[in-house]
Amino acid sequence: MVAHLLRLKLTLLRNSIKRSPWQLVGLILAGVYGLGMLATALVALAVAGSVGEPQAIGTAIVLAGSALLVGWLVVPVLASGLDMTLDPARFTTYSIPMKSLLAGLALSSFIGVPGAVTLIASMGTAAAWWRHPGAAAAALLCGALGALTCMIASRAITAASTSLASSRRFKDVSGMVVLVPLVLMGPIIAGVSSGISDFSEYLPQLAGTLSWTPLGAVWAVPADIAAGAFGPAALKFLIALATLAALTWIWKVCLAKALVTPAYAGSAKRSPGKLGFFATFPPTPAGAVAARCLTYWIRDPRYSAGLIIAPLIPLVMVFGASQASGLDALGPIIGFGGAFAAFMVAWSISADISYDNTAFALHLATGVDGRADRAGRAAAAGILALPLGLLFALAGAIISGDWASLPGTVGLVLGATGAGLGMASVLSSRFTMNVPLPGDSPMKSKPGNNFSSVLVQLGGFAGAAVLAAPVAIVLALGAMADNPVFSWLALAVGLVLGAVYVVAGIRLGGAEYNRRAPELLQAVSVDR
Amino acid sequence: MTNTAIQPPGAGLPPALSIRGLSKRFGAKVAVDGIDLDVPAGSFYGLVGPNGAGKTTSLSMATGLLRPDAGAVTVHGVDVWAQPLAAKRLMGLLPDGVRLFDRLTGEQLVSYAGLLRGMDKDTVAARVKDLLQALDLAKDAGTLVVDYSAGMTKKIALASALIHAPRLLVLDEPFESVDPVSAANIRDILHDYVASGGTVIVSSHVMDLVQRMCDHVAVIAAGRVLAAGTVEEVRGGQSLEDKFVELVGGRNQTAGLQWLRTS
Repeated sequence: MVAHLLRLKLTLLRNSIKRSPWQLVGLILAGVYGLGMLATALVALAVAGSVGEPQAIGTAIVLAGSALLVGWLVVPVLASGLDMTLDPARFTTYSIPMKSLLAGLALSSFIGVPGAVTLIASMGTAAAWWRHPGAAAAALLCGALGALTCMIASRAITAASTSLASSRRFKDVSGMVVLVPLVLMGPIIAGVSSGISDFSEYLPQLAGTLSWTPLGAVWAVPADIAAGAFGPAALKFLIALATLAALTWIWKVCLAKALVTPAYAGSAKRSPGKLGFFATFPPTPAGAVAARCLTYWIRDPRYSAGLIIAPLIPLVMVFGASQASGLDALGPIIGFGGAFAAFMVAWSISADISYDNTAFALHLATGVDGRADRAGRAAAAGILALPLGLLFALAGAIISGDWASLPGTVGLVLGATGAGLGMASVLSSRFTMNVPLPGDSPMKSKPGNNFSSVLVQLGGFAGAAVLAAPVAIVLALGAMADNPVFSWLALAVGLVLGAVYVVAGIRLGGAEYNRRAPELLQAVSVDR
Repeated sequence: MTNTAIQPPGAGLPPALSIRGLSKRFGAKVAVDGIDLDVPAGSFYGLVGPNGAGKTTSLSMATGLLRPDAGAVTVHGVDVWAQPLAAKRLMGLLPDGVRLFDRLTGEQLVSYAGLLRGMDKDTVAARVKDLLQALDLAKDAGTLVVDYSAGMTKKIALASALIHAPRLLVLDEPFESVDPVSAANIRDILHDYVASGGTVIVSSHVMDLVQRMCDHVAVIAAGRVLAAGTVEEVRGGQSLEDKFVELVGGRNQTAGLQWLRTS
């Protein structure tokens, strides 16, 4: 049975590659990336083994190993099912003995780039102990044990969180909320690391503490053996075994519960007669599309995740800039960050039809005109993007007290939003992307699928940047000439160009849509 | 067996749906192999065939969702692929196996379908109310479609197809997972619709249902039309199910699963 599960995972991987050459390209890229990381890690370990003191090596390995385990714990929660190729829920009907299911699922985690890299790197810690044969042997064993702990920990936390959060609403919200710390990760890490100035003193102490916790115990055993401290080594090994046993038990209990509890769908009920945005938008095809899209921006976590992240972008930029050049640049940076955030929201509609998935068939069946479709989608994104950008522009002006440059910043917001909407309107009528399916977590992705999407996205980004460039150039000239007239000029240029881009995007995209709508539907039908 | 079911010339009204030489292949697999079919105006037309026969593919091409490799389709004389917007105004479509905009409430979804077709607000509002009432969905009008059961989802999709009062209704597996009471209600609605001059095409693999409900039927297998005409012509004295099995073949003549016995 265990062998069957492993074979199933391999077959699924092979079939996913067969479906599209891009999947293969993505897998190869991931593989090359993984191998690169692996090679770096192994060389570093071997070098450390030749020149480093056992104490220092131990510290490094305990810290890295603990971080690895934390990573395996945190990532599945963030991504709520990053790789659910073998979703236990799909085995409910097969009455597989629990033991076989657990063993099969745990081992199958190693099939795939992240699992395989973790296993080899963990066991590769033996390379660092080549001068201490006893420790090296222990490192092989503990490495395998540590890697297994990582897999089971991630499985356990996935099972636990799914059995806790089986309501749709909870999933929607949690999927978005966890994105916030992820976006702010850079500033947080920078803040924490600058706070701890005496790094070199602090680290061994941290490692010493960690080595007695479930996180670090398994990684600390070889170091203790190398140092001849067999008592602590044995104790830490016991802690490691107990950790693994406890995690397996948690996983088993949660899985057993999940297997007999069907997913419960929370129901949100409104009283009839409330049409929401449909009542406020003009009753035309374009108005209906805009109302539907705006409803989705709020109700579909795949859209609202973007909406939550976008306002954080200027804050991240401000943080980066304040580190580099102090607080003087704060105002302008907030304004420019706002323009970028508005652009990002506008740009989201480049994957609109892909997000619709086969629900797009309704647009096709009703024979809605391409221009109405494009215009509605652009209007919904624009309604959200513009106030966001203008708010940041205003905030920037208030903070810096530099009201003369406000018109220019507003011009940049208008130009960037227009460029994003126009470019995305054309692009999304030509290309579909691999995106999370309706109802999936915003972070979910299939293995190795994103290469072609990334190319299209990069192309569109570059194109939109070129389109928005004239406004930026006027602003730059104004900064050099130090003349407020340029600020008003930038506003005019941004206003006119933004409007032209939106109209041109809707026209061109609409014509392309009318030509290719059936092909678009077929392209999104591949993923469902 | 012929591969055609063309209405004889001079038979009165132009057919509601006319298909000529329709073909589609996916890679090496021929899904639809040059189908000819006429659906007379005012008929209740059943499309039956085994799984994978090409029913959904044919209907997708006939309704403008999937571009055919070859062939022509006209709806009441309007070419679907040359004048898609005009043709789609005449058709209401319930596709099978596609998602809905399920983050809308039932009421919003049906209104959306109406507004997308350019209907005015008051008509949409009135018809949405009537449709939800007729399909027993009135009390769930404010529930998100994602939280609907499978049968309710079918019904709300049907309402979206009916909102603009089309002249031709194309329903792909409309009764799948719909409960018997709702199915009877839907049948009544469809019969009234046909009686008032509309044309309905349903695909199904429930032969009994097609025999009772439809006046015309076409049997499709492996991308070809095996038989077509009135239900009486096609079944020729047998039950439609027996005739279907005879036409399509594939019944196992072995003794069955010997080990699958409880005693």
